[in-house]
Amino acid sequence: MIRYFMQRLLFACLVLVSLSVFVFFLFFVAPGDPARVVAGDKATEAQLEQIRENLGLDRPIIVQYGSFVSKAIQGDLGYSYRNQQPVLDLITRRIPATVSLVIGGVIVWLAIGIPIGVMSARNAGSKKDRLGQTFILIGLSFPTFVLGMLSLYCLYFLPRKAGFMLFPAGGYKPFLDNPADWAWHLVLPWTTLALVTAAIYARLTRGQLLQVLGEDYIRTARAKGISEGKVIYKHAMRATLTPLITQLGADIAFLLGGSIVIEQVYGLQGVGALAVQAVANQDRPIIIGVVMLGGLFIVMANIIVDLLYTLLDPRMR
Amino acid sequence: MTQINETKPVETNASKASEKVVQRSSFALTMRRILKDPALLTAVVFIVILSLIAIFSPLVAYWTGHDPNAQFRETGMSPFGLPVGPNGEFLLGADQLGRDVLVRLAYGARISLAVGVLAAFASAVIGITIGMISGFFGGWVDVVLGRVMDLVMSVPFLLCALALVSVFGPSLTLSIGVIVFFSWTTMGRVIRAETASLTKREFIEASRSLGASPLSILLRDILPNLSVPIIVYTTMMIPSSIVFEATLSFLGLGITPPTASWGGMLADAGANSVYLVAWWLVVFPGLALLMSTLAFNILGDGLRDALDPKGRRIKPRKKKGNTLFGWLAKGKASEGGTHQ
Repeated sequence: MIRYFMQRLLFACLVLVSLSVFVFFLFFVAPGDPARVVAGDKATEAQLEQIRENLGLDRPIIVQYGSFVSKAIQGDLGYSYRNQQPVLDLITRRIPATVSLVIGGVIVWLAIGIPIGVMSARNAGSKKDRLGQTFILIGLSFPTFVLGMLSLYCLYFLPRKAGFMLFPAGGYKPFLDNPADWAWHLVLPWTTLALVTAAIYARLTRGQLLQVLGEDYIRTARAKGISEGKVIYKHAMRATLTPLITQLGADIAFLLGGSIVIEQVYGLQGVGALAVQAVANQDRPIIIGVVMLGGLFIVMANIIVDLLYTLLDPRMR
Repeated sequence: MTQINETKPVETNASKASEKVVQRSSFALTMRRILKDPALLTAVVFIVILSLIAIFSPLVAYWTGHDPNAQFRETGMSPFGLPVGPNGEFLLGADQLGRDVLVRLAYGARISLAVGVLAAFASAVIGITIGMISGFFGGWVDVVLGRVMDLVMSVPFLLCALALVSVFGPSLTLSIGVIVFFSWTTMGRVIRAETASLTKREFIEASRSLGASPLSILLRDILPNLSVPIIVYTTMMIPSSIVFEATLSFLGLGITPPTASWGGMLADAGANSVYLVAWWLVVFPGLALLMSTLAFNILGDGLRDALDPKGRRIKPRKKKGNTLFGWLAKGKASEGGTHQ
């Protein structure tokens, strides 16, 4: 058991190291002079030389990488080329918006996806099943930004044109200032994110339940006279938990690293929006920081998911 | 009278039976299943029409008289500088620069289909090769290749795409490369598992004992047996590649303007929220994108059912409430439940 977790930890480190090598060397071989980005177009050659020295850009690449890694481990991800602020500060300031989006989104998509999957599996082959499958197919096919733009048009702009405010156009309001305002501003982003993602969970739930419902222990549970709801949610759903948690862990981690598209559509100032702005500004330390943070979330989620397996499924212990 | 009545049905039965006993090849059976699936047929028709539009998009430009990148500031825009909606000259309206949305949609179909199909094929080839090698040889080869797949899957792909584009600048080749790099693992895993289970079968052992080389076993014995997952998963990768490309273009990281692409058109519509006063800028490209991904997803689903009918046939569970007996049984069951 411990050996297994040591292996997982080692793999997590391998992922982070490969990722850091990838981004670091990517920017090293990249055309364009970072000193020029920092100093602006009017800088003289002497000024540029000075900046290169300050940033350590004149040192060999291996030395630069080593100092980057040793600083990153201590939580220092360097400074933005544009406004000289610490990258870690810039990112942590954006995290509340991203986390708010992801938490609400997860709750809504589970609340939509799982019941639809259950309904589909319980009535397999019937009209209800076909309805559920249609939802899954459309949800899987709908590009996130198209759904986002359409819902903005229908639920924000059309009501406003008619003279009342149904939902705001987006933007992020801090939770602590006014929780109701926070939620109201996030309703559209949450539902957009949830509708697109719920389809995956509905399909997963349906598929797993269909496999399990034919098993002997379900027949035993029914024979004992347990109500159908309990058979489904207490006995059958238990078997679907493992794949659902795997999917959930991966989805949450990917989104925490920047739910780029949703943030872009709804003008949420989250981590993803920061990354897009950094690309536009050629602000490399921020891009490196966001990529590394995204990777960190993913390897952490993988380890948490593994831990949850052993808690949920005694056979894994 | 009675005799005739008796003989007639017997005769027709006999003639029917003689008609019915036809040996059908696997291909014929699959075609029959495909032809019986209206959703699949609709999807195929849509995809064919879309491909024709993409191929003959210069004809659309010729027919409307509008070049995809030409700006018609007088006819395509109102005196206030706003795009005009669908009318006789611009069937699907004009965009914020006075360009014809219909013509740009037709040209955008080229990009979407080309990227979708090319990226799906390239990822399929890589995924099949690595999956087959990994599943067939097993051992340390499998461990290493499996870890590589895990590694690629643990990478935040959209963020890495951002980083790559910020370095090399947006381009069509880079878009396809990024999509392929992060998509081949799906195919790789499926093929690896299938190959590993096929490798244990007797016919592979027979091949081996006849002295066949690993390459010959992989290509002549295993590959043909993988055709169903290969066809299905390649089809399924097309819509995800189309969405991936559109997302990159939407974020300004894909096709460089002024080349028309659906994602780029939606990004233009989103910039300055111009689509709020010009719904056609988001509805038509959005619908084109949705319908295409939907069509390819339906095609993939339908092909899976048609090619592998055992895999997904679901017997509808008999509803307990339908018969009196079932109803009684159900009543008893719920009674038991409340006692617990």
